Amino acid sequence: MVLAPPGSGDGRDAAVNGAILSATGLTKVFGSGRHATVAVDHLDFEIAAGEVVALIGESGSGKTTTGRMLLGLMQPTAGTVRFQGTDLATLRKRHGMKGYWRSVQAVFQDPFASLNSFYSVKRCMLNTFKLFPRKPPYAERLQRVREAIHTVGLDVDDVLAKHPHQLSGGQRQRLMVARTLVIQPQVLIADEPTSMIDASSRAAILNILLDLRAKFGFTVIFITHDIGMAYYTSDRLFIMHEGRIVEEGPADAIIRDPQHAYTQRLLADVPTLQREWVL
Amino acid sequence: MELIRILLRSSRFVTGFGIIASVLAFALLGPTLLTDVGPFQRVGGLFDPPSSDALLGTDNFGRDVFTQLMYGTRTSLFIGLVAGFVATAIGVAIGTLAGYFSGVIEEALMGLTNVLITIPPIVVLILLSVAVDTRTATTMGVIIGVTAWPWTARAVRAQTSSLRTREHVDIARISGVGSLEMMLVEILPYMFSYIFMAFILQLTGGILAEATLSMLGLGPFQTVSLGTMLHWSLLWESVRVGAWWAFVPATIFLSISSFSLILMNAGMDEIFNPTLRHTR
Amino acid sequence: MPALLEARDIKAYYRTPSGDDIKAVDGVSLGLNEGEVLGIAGESGCGKTTLAQVIALTVQKPLYVRSGEVLLDGMPALTLDPETMRREIRGKTISTVPQGAMNSLNPTLRIRDLAIDVMRDHHPRITRREAVERARERLASLGLSPRVLDSYPHQLSGGMKQRVITVVSTLLDPKLLIVDEPTSALDVTSQKVVIKLLIDLLQRGIIRSIVFITHELPLLRHVADRIAIMYAGKLVEFGAMDDLVFHAKHPYTQRLVDSILVPEPGMKERTVTGIPGRPPDMRNPPPGCRFAARCHEKMDICSQDPPGFEHQGREVWCWLHQDQETGATRR
Repeated sequence: MVLAPPGSGDGRDAAVNGAILSATGLTKVFGSGRHATVAVDHLDFEIAAGEVVALIGESGSGKTTTGRMLLGLMQPTAGTVRFQGTDLATLRKRHGMKGYWRSVQAVFQDPFASLNSFYSVKRCMLNTFKLFPRKPPYAERLQRVREAIHTVGLDVDDVLAKHPHQLSGGQRQRLMVARTLVIQPQVLIADEPTSMIDASSRAAILNILLDLRAKFGFTVIFITHDIGMAYYTSDRLFIMHEGRIVEEGPADAIIRDPQHAYTQRLLADVPTLQREWVL
Repeated sequence: MELIRILLRSSRFVTGFGIIASVLAFALLGPTLLTDVGPFQRVGGLFDPPSSDALLGTDNFGRDVFTQLMYGTRTSLFIGLVAGFVATAIGVAIGTLAGYFSGVIEEALMGLTNVLITIPPIVVLILLSVAVDTRTATTMGVIIGVTAWPWTARAVRAQTSSLRTREHVDIARISGVGSLEMMLVEILPYMFSYIFMAFILQLTGGILAEATLSMLGLGPFQTVSLGTMLHWSLLWESVRVGAWWAFVPATIFLSISSFSLILMNAGMDEIFNPTLRHTR
Repeated sequence: MPALLEARDIKAYYRTPSGDDIKAVDGVSLGLNEGEVLGIAGESGCGKTTLAQVIALTVQKPLYVRSGEVLLDGMPALTLDPETMRREIRGKTISTVPQGAMNSLNPTLRIRDLAIDVMRDHHPRITRREAVERARERLASLGLSPRVLDSYPHQLSGGMKQRVITVVSTLLDPKLLIVDEPTSALDVTSQKVVIKLLIDLLQRGIIRSIVFITHELPLLRHVADRIAIMYAGKLVEFGAMDDLVFHAKHPYTQRLVDSILVPEPGMKERTVTGIPGRPPDMRNPPPGCRFAARCHEKMDICSQDPPGFEHQGREVWCWLHQDQETGATRR
């Protein structure tokens, strides 16, 4: 596994906190003046290595924007994102983003939009090696890709020869997970990984992610509006509302005994199987 | 190929393509197959009416109009092609750069584009044509292309801006794909159908721009084009004299060339834009 | 009393440009009684939206009904001429809110124009003022602000748009309202208010029954009286909500229910497995039971298409339940 370069610009020792990814005062404001919208409002949180957490929120809560900032795809208006204690801006300046992306990867929501429809699956998978400073020889690259595809339960020869539009949503999403396996990051951010997939295929993707986490030890951050999915997969939950974290804690505690009014309302509004849904 | 089969289903595309292909065949093969005189050869007197010798009569210099039509169409199409290519290339380059990088680069490029759009192209065309000494068909095509790219740039910028937010672009970015490759591989292919149609429109515009310039006397030297034919026919008052063969054929050819290209485009738009398809 | 709606052996196919038929609905029969909420559930591609279009009498090329009949109050409806259908049935007897309706609103028209259109369609001589007044009253009676009538679609939230469309679609008090994925793009909070509106409409007698199409079983658990599960163009199970959700008999239904992830204590301890494989290609559906390839309880006899077996008020299309039947089988 490739480790991100260590950094200690501010003297903080990540090993002491155990936090692999953290945010301090993270803020994102869109627009300016009268039309400024605060999408993310001074978020503070810490995620320990190996945890599975979920950032839960409805649309407009700022969760997707947070995810993009964590990934380095969007610059925060204020505040910092720290990876193993070093803030992203420093990492970017010193080593460029490629190093960061070897350690932090993502799976996105829309399996139909995640793959470039003009190129074959093989090309997309092999592309991930652009992240590595020294690319291994072609044969080895192909072998790693094949192994990754096999690990996610897809028929390697069948899938490699195809173009994205010939695969189902569930298969494509598995492919996206396989892609991250080739990279072997330390953190995987999954932004609504199953919302566009049928219920019967959802479990497969989630279980793959959880199995991989058990095997390789990576940290998983789910970003979702689906509380049920978040509860099933995650150890800790962060409930976001209007750009802030209104409640956080162990998944069980939050589901059984939500403290914040918004969390309570959110849980009450979800149709479940046993509990009466009061309309 | 699947695409071609689908395109052949559109009656507009087939009709348009058929017409322009015929025009092209006429222009390219005509000189060898249909005539045995040159476009500058004197075959008769001033404005001779159509006869068995000269199917469309003669122009003011006594040259065979029918032959001129062939060579003229060839030149006009060629200039249109050069103009189309230049305009599309510049427009796509600027539009993609502006749309992809946004920020300062976008502001600068779009600012330039917007200023150029407001300048009437005919003015620039005239000024450039006068300033440039050589007046070959290629030069004309380049000049026309260089004044016609702004609207393509704007449209391409808008498309790039929206494509940039797509997830496969994000995935490519976190895979370490560099900017140039991003634009060429992740964004451009998605705009291909649009770019092709824009090219066809630029081609059409180029043909008509050439006609305009030539009619003003700024046409290519020592070449016959549809525009120069019209230029001479106007100069020598063919309309007043009633020598319709001197201006009607060229006009018709200009019209059907543009019309058929636009029809072809409409057909392609139907295919690339499923919402426009007729229910069969 | 006869069923309000009865669909008999509906076969509805899509004709592709290359001449193949996609057999989206391949032999489905069901009935709906007045006062009932019928849920039709299934995953993408199972044919439920196509079935909805057939029932709503909104079949358009390339979809065509190959065979089967839809009976409204006992009268055949599919064979009616388009004019009668438009005048008598659409909007008046049956109204439908199709999938994604809220995104198909004309952005240049205000909501009240939509209401006027709907009213005018069936009362050509109604004035604008009367039509708007009627809409205003209806909105107020349901607890919605009549000011939405003056708004443009983009000014309304998703939940509000969906509610407004539902209200406008029911202005003529149709007997049957068909809703297709009414809440799939909405937040849980908006979802709740939309569902509440539907129940309200039903309880006030503005509509008499609902056909609710969705892939989300938890929703149906709370609103449906009976549920029909579809897979690959056919029905696999049909019965009372309680039976289907808590005592499912068909292996597909069981697996579907097992795949549900809800934030309920106890959810964490289970392992959810999902269903391996993919649904069959609807151009050439396999002979025999369509779920067989993915079924963990497949038997030899599954190479034959199972008829529906009746058990205490529900139907299961599965050979596993053949020996318990009381002698009545129905295809």
